[in-house]
Amino acid sequence: MTRFLTSLVGAVAEAWQEVRVHRGRVLLSLVGVTVAVSALSASVAVTELAQRAVLEQAESSSGRPFTMSANLTPGGTPPPGAADEAWFETLDRFDISYATRIVNDYAPVQFPDGVADTSMIFVDDPYATLHRTRMEQGSWFAVGDAERLAPAVVVNEAFWERIGSPDLATHPTVTSSRFDDATLVVIGVYASPSWDTEPGLMMLAGSAATALPPGAFDELMPMYEMWVPPAAGEELMRLVQSDLTARLGKGATVDVFRTDYGAFMDDPTAVLRMLTLGIGAVILLLGALGLLNIALVTVRQRIREIGIRRSMGATSSRVFFSVLMESVVATAVAGVVGVMLAVLIVKLPVVEEFLTQGMVADPPAFPMSAAVFGLVAATAVGALAGLIPAIVAVRVKPIDAIRI
Amino acid sequence: MSLLELDDVTRTVPIADSEALTILSGVDLKVDAGDRVSIVGRSGSGKSTLLNLLGLLDLPTTGELRWDGVDVRSIRSGHRDRIRGREIGFIFQQFNLLEGRTATENAVLPLLYADGPSFWRRERIARDMLERVGLGHRLDSLPSSLSGGEQQRVAIARALVRTPRVILADEPTGALDLETGQSVMDLLDEIVSEQGAALVTITHDPAIAARGDRHLRLDSGVLTADEATAAAAAVHRGVVT
Repeated sequence: MTRFLTSLVGAVAEAWQEVRVHRGRVLLSLVGVTVAVSALSASVAVTELAQRAVLEQAESSSGRPFTMSANLTPGGTPPPGAADEAWFETLDRFDISYATRIVNDYAPVQFPDGVADTSMIFVDDPYATLHRTRMEQGSWFAVGDAERLAPAVVVNEAFWERIGSPDLATHPTVTSSRFDDATLVVIGVYASPSWDTEPGLMMLAGSAATALPPGAFDELMPMYEMWVPPAAGEELMRLVQSDLTARLGKGATVDVFRTDYGAFMDDPTAVLRMLTLGIGAVILLLGALGLLNIALVTVRQRIREIGIRRSMGATSSRVFFSVLMESVVATAVAGVVGVMLAVLIVKLPVVEEFLTQGMVADPPAFPMSAAVFGLVAATAVGALAGLIPAIVAVRVKPIDAIRI
Repeated sequence: MSLLELDDVTRTVPIADSEALTILSGVDLKVDAGDRVSIVGRSGSGKSTLLNLLGLLDLPTTGELRWDGVDVRSIRSGHRDRIRGREIGFIFQQFNLLEGRTATENAVLPLLYADGPSFWRRERIARDMLERVGLGHRLDSLPSSLSGGEQQRVAIARALVRTPRVILADEPTGALDLETGQSVMDLLDEIVSEQGAALVTITHDPAIAARGDRHLRLDSGVLTADEATAAAAAVHRGVVT
């Protein structure tokens, strides 16, 4: 135990002397590793952020896993609202809480600078949960909004800017000829991708049914969406299909299908992750080769010194450990610096905005996994790159080395 | 039982076509505490190989090399290294101080491989030894700022900080002028005598060789008594007039 302690303290003292005396070489060897680790950590972090952005964007547009949609076309000449009625009964039967109608419309809205055609989506309240709708300002619809005389709407950022970015506490309003110039009250601004520059609004389907001219709502073709537990998704999809078919009767067309990103692939970011990890690994490999090169040259320069140490009683294991530890300690320090650099780069507002495209509600802190991965990779590279020089050092013949 | 004992030692190294080159042949040598052994020989006579063996840095091809009566082949490599660090001090022709380290840091070096109080009190021990060799005023000086004589004094201090039982001096004055060389050897003799260690000096210089009590010559790998140096030494001491 005493020998172990003295060996450890002695090795640290030697390493410190080595670092102090060979500052230039140590710094030189660290630059490559620092850059490599920084690139690796940054690429892992970027992948995680991008993955989060892609998933949130995918969920925003097509719903969370497991989301299924239904196209319902009743047969014959059904009474108005027959499809809605059948769907609501099916929801009740299978106790599906998160479901929404989605009715797309496109109509003119009067803006301060003129009339512009605007995308309108009529939805039910759970839509925001299904699609992770995040409010930048104001709020999503509340209980009672469907009964307002002046229908409440939530708008995208392009819409809000088009009306002059007003304070929502002032209850800004717009009018649309689609609703017989009824006043629409803007109660919230939802987040939208930075590339979404056309004005758009959402309104509760119940409000739209009331505010639109009589019969107009029934002429629109709604899509019905349901969010169910993924484990029961496939089974529920089959049951809902069969239940709706039964309810709508002969001649009806019922098509229930999965729409979230899981319908197309397991992980939409798998390719991106493999790509960035591959690039990071190549960068790290290059850094390791650079380190190995410098370490080998250094050991050859230090052969005489190693010979002197051996003649003074350094065991071969002590020499091996010292050379290996120099590499490991140096790369660990480089790893810390590299990770700090990566944090600075990834958390730059311009980089973060580029990665998330405004779609991540609360951009996460620098992923811990990326930091740990960078440090572990740096240390592992240090150990691997230090292994060959350490073996070379152990094979030094002391007296021959001293006479160089 | 001798400290170091070489018994009919041969050392060969393989060369091309499975042939072997004999560097040392039938070497017999005993080194006891307090011995002063001088070995002279031309370049290529096998002095380095003999030094490797005496310093437990190499093993004989045939014959026996014993440390404290124990065949070194039976001692594990790590243990041999520790014996070398604790019991054997090296002094080299080119001083071999580590560049960029102060005199104290150089003298501390062997104590980094010690354990117990020697390790924990290494700075103090090194400084005391530097004081002893007259370098108390150069403790923090780098080798590049020391004269040749001062550098060799640091090397002597480094060789002696662990109070070894055997000192191996390889051309210790080869890089010094005559006067400085004599002064360094006086100091070395003095301290080695104080510590009761054996001193084995390998040298070209007859005057340095003459300081020994036993005089040997290494010629083409064969170690023999060196009558000429012994006679010169006797003259030097005034035994023969």
